[in-house]
Amino acid sequence: MSKNTIIPIGPYHPLQEEPEFFKLQVEGERVVGVEINIGYNHRGIEQLCEQKSYDQVTYVVERICGICSTSHPFAYVNAVEDLAKVVVPERALYIRTIIGELERIHSHLLWLGLAGHFLGYNTVFMWSWKYREIVLNIFEQISGNRNHYAMMKPGGVRRDIDKEDIPTILKGMDELETKITMLKKAIMDDPVLHARLKGVGVLTKEEAINYSALGPVARASGVKIDVRKDEPYAAYDKIDWDIIVTENGDLFDKVVVRILEKLESIKIIRQCLKKIPSGEIDAKIKEIPPGEGIGRHEAPRGEVFHYIRSDGTNSPVRHKVRAPSFMNVATNNTTVIGTNVADAVIVLAAVDPCYCCTERLYVYQDHKKVMDANELIKLSQERTEELRKKLVV
Amino acid sequence: MDLRLKALTKSPWVFHISTGSCNNCDIELIDVLTPRYDAERFGIVLVGSIKHADVLMVTGSMNRKCIPLVKDLYQQAPKPILVIALGTCSCGRGIFRDSYNCPVNVDDVIPVDVYVPGCPPKPEAIIAGIVKGIEKLK
Repeated sequence: MSKNTIIPIGPYHPLQEEPEFFKLQVEGERVVGVEINIGYNHRGIEQLCEQKSYDQVTYVVERICGICSTSHPFAYVNAVEDLAKVVVPERALYIRTIIGELERIHSHLLWLGLAGHFLGYNTVFMWSWKYREIVLNIFEQISGNRNHYAMMKPGGVRRDIDKEDIPTILKGMDELETKITMLKKAIMDDPVLHARLKGVGVLTKEEAINYSALGPVARASGVKIDVRKDEPYAAYDKIDWDIIVTENGDLFDKVVVRILEKLESIKIIRQCLKKIPSGEIDAKIKEIPPGEGIGRHEAPRGEVFHYIRSDGTNSPVRHKVRAPSFMNVATNNTTVIGTNVADAVIVLAAVDPCYCCTERLYVYQDHKKVMDANELIKLSQERTEELRKKLVV
Repeated sequence: MDLRLKALTKSPWVFHISTGSCNNCDIELIDVLTPRYDAERFGIVLVGSIKHADVLMVTGSMNRKCIPLVKDLYQQAPKPILVIALGTCSCGRGIFRDSYNCPVNVDDVIPVDVYVPGCPPKPEAIIAGIVKGIEKLK
């Protein structure tokens, strides 16, 4: 009988900023099992939302997650508008689309940087975080804050985009397009990255469907799924854009999908700025009738789902949130098994998990011994270094 | 000045724990280290283990599952250590004060030296916080 060793990763480790706990069962160098333990980030958001009024809930759901901090309000306002049956002014819809796509660009750049760091490409890390600043600058100019923009509001948006800001956004988009194209070429042509990422951590189309994977994870496995196309909201049906789908489902494809999506987002923002009509930005909802409402939004990581039930008072009776990482984290169960320990780091990170979004359910468990995973990142970086040497010589 | 303190004030190494934050403070903290602000110039580095750290950076509103872990980490830390509470959540729980799962403030669990409020604090504010902490040690 072979002996299994257990490598605990977390809850506090440099792999990701958020606390989560992975238990990898390894046999020699192979990973044979993984146990995921989350719950370090639970803040009781749903219950908190049920204490607040509809306007205040926008602020609470914004603080579910800092990276996708417009996705949750976006889905929430969709749900409230579905419930109250209001027609949102056209201009507000376009502004929402612009904010949503800007967020997708900065979220994907952030992930690309972290992925680069895990693989030992610190240049990619520094580059993509540097280019991310362009998006943050735009956000600071149009909303006043680098993150947590507070642009959404049931019935419209809170702030208008001024005429004077539009040239700045367009200039930022031009700059970003050249930089992202440069990054794309650098990554697609790199033989070391090909050797490192091709065929690793494969999620087949069938598995993706069975695990109900969402967003870029599903699209990298060949599942054509995107709420923006499947059930258009905001201004997505008035604009010409494509869903990016690749076939293989390995790590390389997950990188490619995210890079191409950024270019697609730039396309959407440019069209929005050209087509944006003038007029009101707020429908001024007077009262919320009793009933139920559903809101969906394609966040950078996949579909966000909000459900709201109202009894006619000024705060929701029930508010349910489902974040995309909840579905995507489970795919780690198949992708990480059978990989090398050095690859496990990047495989676990490839779904772009977001635990602060996910943790709605809270199960109390005995706390386990803490160990850091610096060693694991080092292992991963050493492996890239090895491959690099092998390929160059 | 004590030799140990003098060594501490040069190039502070930071260990970061998130006690249930929304990720934004954590990301702004990494932003401080990337090219635009580049605090690594001054030797401010994120480290992977509390045992190597001079500064303990706490973000988030301290949920029940994290309280024993944070206590544990503080005990493991080499003293003297500078504790910085980053963001409104860790300064006073902010919007999560009414939540059933965030019963205490960070400073009820471990002693805090510097508070950096903001949601999230700007990178400039984070750098100012670290500088103030070092001044305090002197």
